[in-house]
Amino acid sequence: MATVGYSKKVMEHFMNPRNVGVIENPDGYGKVGNPVCGDVMEIFIKVKDDIITDIKFRTFGCGSAIATSSMVTELAKGKHIDEAVKITRGDVANELEGLPPQKMHCSNLAADALHEAIKDYKSKQQKK
Amino acid sequence: MKQIYLDHASSMPVDPRVIEFATPYLHDSYGNPSSLHSVGLGAKQAIEDARSKVATLIHAENENTIIFTGGATEANNLAVRGTALRNITLGKAVVASAIEHMSVLNPMKDLQKNGFSFTTIPVDSTGVVDLKKLESTVSKSTSVTSMMYANNEIGTIEPIRDISTIVHEKGNFLHVDATAAVGRIPIDVQKNGIDLLTLSSNDLYGPQGAGALYVKPGVKIQTVLFGGGQERGYRSGTENVFAIAGMGEAARIAKEEMHAESNRLIPIRDKLISELLTIDQSYLTGHRTLRLPHHVSVRFSHIEGESILLNMDMYNIQVSTGSACSSKTLEPSHVLLAIGLKHEEAHGSMVCTMGRSTTIEDVPVVRKAAGETVERLRKLSPLS
Repeated sequence: MATVGYSKKVMEHFMNPRNVGVIENPDGYGKVGNPVCGDVMEIFIKVKDDIITDIKFRTFGCGSAIATSSMVTELAKGKHIDEAVKITRGDVANELEGLPPQKMHCSNLAADALHEAIKDYKSKQQKK
Repeated sequence: MKQIYLDHASSMPVDPRVIEFATPYLHDSYGNPSSLHSVGLGAKQAIEDARSKVATLIHAENENTIIFTGGATEANNLAVRGTALRNITLGKAVVASAIEHMSVLNPMKDLQKNGFSFTTIPVDSTGVVDLKKLESTVSKSTSVTSMMYANNEIGTIEPIRDISTIVHEKGNFLHVDATAAVGRIPIDVQKNGIDLLTLSSNDLYGPQGAGALYVKPGVKIQTVLFGGGQERGYRSGTENVFAIAGMGEAARIAKEEMHAESNRLIPIRDKLISELLTIDQSYLTGHRTLRLPHHVSVRFSHIEGESILLNMDMYNIQVSTGSACSSKTLEPSHVLLAIGLKHEEAHGSMVCTMGRSTTIEDVPVVRKAAGETVERLRKLSPLS
């Protein structure tokens, strides 16, 4: 039987999002989406020895946009950047016990924001 | 936590008196109204009584002007398609306001695909239809012009009498979708010169699954649903007797109680609007005074409507939003775009539609929940 609405896990992350906020002088920063579409996500990472030691996000968007942002920060925290970069939209959706079909793009954005932040970190490393 | 249901524009609880009145049609007078035996005749009588009650509510010429349908969407389809196709000799043009319901706009778009011209009339920033543009657009080849009595998303009441004058001077038939207005404000189809009018049962505290189209005597339409010829051939299909009987009783009660109920709600509406507007960067959508008595709609900068809806639900307060994320199309409400909001502004809308359960004591509770919701979501938002 098809279930309707968001999973309990989505609502739990929506109401109590993990890792909200801003990191001053982050080692990597990623921002995706735009306000016209109704979704903007930004992710800040602190990296030590290629391990994501701290991660924060801010999101403008719907319930699943906030929940997927929260989830992606939880999945990435403590991971090596080579591992974190492999986190996919599917991983985020699965960890949240599924998303309604029309909301899958939100999970895409959360993973994209993380990938952007890692890309930013790597490009800063190369400049050093 | 006490439930505060503020989404009456989406769905309303059925009045217990209506349930009591209509339930016998589920188990006693369960006949098919087309059957000539006594069980069928009982059902047939229920439909005719309902027809009379609905006609009285909108001050129709007689009960034969009322065609029962499966709901307002179907009535709108019948009005638009049925009038345009039946009167094709007048011309192949249709006109609607930019803020009509999709059940008016989409049949018109479909006619457009089939060779009709279709023009939308813009509205101003408060949602009032541009009468000058209407006057310059409607012509003798415009068979049907559709303008809603009041808008469900922003609550604005349209100048139907002026619209009617223009449409009859320049064009032909005026269809009015009164779904949001019926049972809230008095509607007089004769005084306002309305040719076709849509109303729905549930918006009167009646059961879902019934609606009606008023068709003025002499106005010719054709059916869009072919079959056994029920409803004088305009709407085939065995009648939903329970819902229609309930709709009739709901119309009778609305006629009696609407005036007092609207007078009760107006001060609550005004208090809720002024309280919500004390929230930083909040704005009213729709018209301040030309407004449905039960309707409050606002928008908040930098946050998104579906999140507002979900967060308010945590306080057991149910609202709606015109945000893209809550829609099936992922586009923000065409109504909010039509009043000139930018996409990012339209995303942050919150609509509260009140009803019989709403009291003045609800206002501070809703204000507190909305304030905390906005504050929490803005803390999460990179835009604020």
